[in-house]
Amino acid sequence: MYPDNFRYTKEHEWVSIEGDTGTIGITDHAQHELGDIVYVDLPKVGASVAKGGTIGSVESVKAVSDIYSPVSGDVIEINQALADKPERLNEDPHGDAWLVKVRLTSSDEVKGLLSAEDYRSYIGE
Amino acid sequence: MIRKTRPHITQNEPLLFEISSPGKKGYQLPELDVPPIDAKKALGSQNVRDEIENFPEVSEVEVIRHFTRLSTWNYAIDLGLYPLGSCTMKYNPRINEVVARTEGLAWAHPYQPEALSQGAMEILATLEDLLAEITGMDAVTLQPAAGAHGEMTGIFLMRALLQSQGNPRKKLLIPDSAHGTNPATATMAGYAVQNIKSNERGLVDLHELEKFVDEDVAGLMITNPNTIGVFEENITKITDLMHSKGALVYMDGANMNALVGMARPGDFGIDVMHLNLHKTFSTPHGGGGPGAGPIAVKKALEPFLPTPRLRRSKDDQWTWDYNRPQSVGRVRAFYGNFGVLVRALAYTLAHGGDGLRRATLDAVLNANYIRKQLEPYFDLPYTAPSMHECVFSDTRQVKKGVRTGDIAKRLIDYGFHPYTVSFPLIVPGALMIEPTETESKSELDLFCDALISIAKEIEEDPQMVLKAPHLTRTSRVDETAAARKPVVRWKPGQSSSS
Amino acid sequence: MRYLPKSETERREMLDTLGLDSIEDLFSHLPEEARLKRPLNIAPGKSEYEIVEYFRARGEETAASYTSFLGAGVYNHYRPVLVDTVVSRGEFLTSYTPYQAEIAQGTLTTIFEFQSMLCQLTGMDVANASMYDGSSAVPEAAMMAVRVTHRNRVLVAKTVHPEYREVLRTYSQHQGMPVDDFGYVDGAGSLDLADLESKIGNDVAAVIIQSPNFFGIVEDVKAAAELAHKHGALLVVAFTEAVSLGLLSPPKEADIVAGELQSFAISPSYGGPYAGIIATKEAYIRQLPGRIVGETKDTHGNRAFCLTLATREQHIRREKATSNICTNQALIALMATVFMSVYGKEGLRELAEQNLAKAHYLAEGLDLQFSAPFFNEFVLRTEPEALNAELLKHKIIGGLPLGRFYPELEGCMLVCATEMSKRAHLDQFKKCAESVVQPALVAPRGGSL
Repeated sequence: MYPDNFRYTKEHEWVSIEGDTGTIGITDHAQHELGDIVYVDLPKVGASVAKGGTIGSVESVKAVSDIYSPVSGDVIEINQALADKPERLNEDPHGDAWLVKVRLTSSDEVKGLLSAEDYRSYIGE
Repeated sequence: MIRKTRPHITQNEPLLFEISSPGKKGYQLPELDVPPIDAKKALGSQNVRDEIENFPEVSEVEVIRHFTRLSTWNYAIDLGLYPLGSCTMKYNPRINEVVARTEGLAWAHPYQPEALSQGAMEILATLEDLLAEITGMDAVTLQPAAGAHGEMTGIFLMRALLQSQGNPRKKLLIPDSAHGTNPATATMAGYAVQNIKSNERGLVDLHELEKFVDEDVAGLMITNPNTIGVFEENITKITDLMHSKGALVYMDGANMNALVGMARPGDFGIDVMHLNLHKTFSTPHGGGGPGAGPIAVKKALEPFLPTPRLRRSKDDQWTWDYNRPQSVGRVRAFYGNFGVLVRALAYTLAHGGDGLRRATLDAVLNANYIRKQLEPYFDLPYTAPSMHECVFSDTRQVKKGVRTGDIAKRLIDYGFHPYTVSFPLIVPGALMIEPTETESKSELDLFCDALISIAKEIEEDPQMVLKAPHLTRTSRVDETAAARKPVVRWKPGQSSSS
Repeated sequence: MRYLPKSETERREMLDTLGLDSIEDLFSHLPEEARLKRPLNIAPGKSEYEIVEYFRARGEETAASYTSFLGAGVYNHYRPVLVDTVVSRGEFLTSYTPYQAEIAQGTLTTIFEFQSMLCQLTGMDVANASMYDGSSAVPEAAMMAVRVTHRNRVLVAKTVHPEYREVLRTYSQHQGMPVDDFGYVDGAGSLDLADLESKIGNDVAAVIIQSPNFFGIVEDVKAAAELAHKHGALLVVAFTEAVSLGLLSPPKEADIVAGELQSFAISPSYGGPYAGIIATKEAYIRQLPGRIVGETKDTHGNRAFCLTLATREQHIRREKATSNICTNQALIALMATVFMSVYGKEGLRELAEQNLAKAHYLAEGLDLQFSAPFFNEFVLRTEPEALNAELLKHKIIGGLPLGRFYPELEGCMLVCATEMSKRAHLDQFKKCAESVVQPALVAPRGGSL
């Protein structure tokens, strides 16, 4: 369920690193807590994000959750498919429904994040 | 066992656009007694519109049937109890509707000569005095259009006073149990919000408060009784603490129905507060508004009140005073929701001082009666004495997979509007119940019986509750689809029938 | 007290259930210093008869049965009887906000119809379920433009209702939203586009105009839109006279329309309650403040309506909400909906045409201040105090002396005629106007009525 090659945050985001590109999403636990997702608000391509800063939000009918970036970088791509089908985030939060890709400004930051095992214990699985 | 309802046939009814047909008329204007004008010539042809596309054309009979049929799909206070916490859904006296339509008052133009507006101004001045007496404050403005509007005005006033003292400061302290309008208002007034955790009794934690009060804090926004219906036992200590740091205390007056005639916010240290006339003062909710949100203030804030204010002229006539250099300005055009204010005054005149007090006593009696009946069946997370409302939690029922929202939907089948669901946030899975004073013992008993019956259903047949409501015209609506692909207007060829 | 449905016996039974002696025991936990220790200083409760009498007397002290030529944001239009018939139904009058969709389909359906009709009238894609009034809809529209453009300055025309502009300033002071104004062309009375051009820049979030403007004049919305959009600003078009929408071109070049619906069967009622509206383009729907009703289905596939996009609102977003607004003016909006249903497509047009005809008949031969086309209001050059005094002798309330809002228009009065203005009164007004001669020079003085 929680890929071992991802890193996780206590705010239920994940990041997957390939070279100097980080792909960011929210975890299955997060989508489950939110319920049916109705809208995803994403940053603009080109925006810079700081680790821990908000990069958007995810809405269900009755709640909004801010998304905090696990890493610092510049936004190079956002997942346009979610504009039309926000429900993908409930269906495939770790795959198809990634949110944002950033070009990392510091590869060191990843070290401070949780491993899959640590995240699983954190959410009590 | 459902005792209050029985299935009944209601009429289907399409949208106006779906019964519209070209040439149908529901109106007749008098014949023009002046020469007609060529609109294109008078205005320029680029300024004249083509026909209003897709606008309905229906006859008078169809208008009456349309709205009458739709009305039968609504629950209303006239049909039964609305136990909505902090909404104070009391009876809307019909005489209020009659007096609001008094000809001279209903047709009064806000700019007509003052000499010809003395009656309207007398009504406003009288209501201001009554509300000041009820709240224990020094001055009242009737300008704000609603509670949230009044809150905003109140915070503007606080800022103006602090500014006049040299420093408007930066933040407002707000308990985590507060209504959502409180932090939203703080933001509109340019203040940052610092949330204060409630203590284990659901009250403002004095030690927490002490930690956060510093010279950057402009004030505290407090609701008393709070949103779990409990009186803040430390209220005077709280207001003293805030004042000692040069900060002010704003009270959200949504729960005044627990206090009228028994306690006055002005007496326990509140500097500024709003009232919800559509709650405490019986003006009708009308499906979501209008309301009115007057604010009452202590003397120090009076100079900053919105312009204009009523005062007596040299000839002892009422006049509007626009000469108020320290005022925060206007928060809306004209003077206030006059029609709503008339209704609130009629309510107050009907009760009189003693009647207002009796109403408060009955409101608190009703809430406590419900609490006693339901305590064996639902978790009561905070056990402090309840005033006009009580708040349960769905902790026991969650074990069977049933949540407060589901219980609320099943309550509909029993003939009641749901209580307030999932608020305040400090109670997990809240059931927030406020009966008000205008409920008879029999209606309260039916309500308690209904919830007790539902509690039993959850033990024996949770699906019954999870799939509720079963007896309504529409079953549960798909709010997710509505939010994903919002369809907020009719378009030709768009939808199916209801 | 007749609204308290419990007998003493029942109260006793309930207190016994609680194990208490008296209801006051329920208050004994209140701290001593917080309790009120005396009765309220309010006279005893009155009978229905006395209450009706009280308000009847106040009504007589408030110009009943006068004819009026006042407009200026509040208009005398006939209220079809069906309006009160419908809103007096308890199911509409005494129902709550439709949060529980299954038992509020009546209210929700009428709001959906309201939103749809307002879109059709204004030429916008989406509309909300109403704001408090036009004067608060305008600052909310400005704040919306700030959110959309991420800019913070606002330009507002001087010909927007003066009290609306005051409200805008009050709101803007706390939002870090500087407001500047731009003027009108002296002879015409319409927007001074050159002045706007000189003041606009790429820090402007919104340009706010009103049409018909405060002087009753129809503005060139297209030109204003072009200018605003050229600089990346949004155009907000406000209106105070909703009846004009039946005849005038809808402001479809606007990005946001913010208006007042009082003309649609809402009693003038000395200033309120009214109902405002904000309507906008599809792209900005998530920035709209206030409640919105959307169409959906229930579990059986039946069409149903519900409140939607609630995550914009205060009860969810709290400090990040698009606005703190909670109430909408549902009952007032319902009055407008019934009004629009009664008049319908043809009726709204005929109604507007009658307004146009009456006002132009009145203006014929009078000394008008401005030359641009007007709808049902115009600015008359006269001696306002003298004319109004003369008119009062005939139980007619004249127009609004403009000196109080526009010192440069001291010798002018804003006059409105509607379908309710009778020929005899129009003729009487003209007669009085002709008999009053304007002095050559009038020293400016602060105005009050």
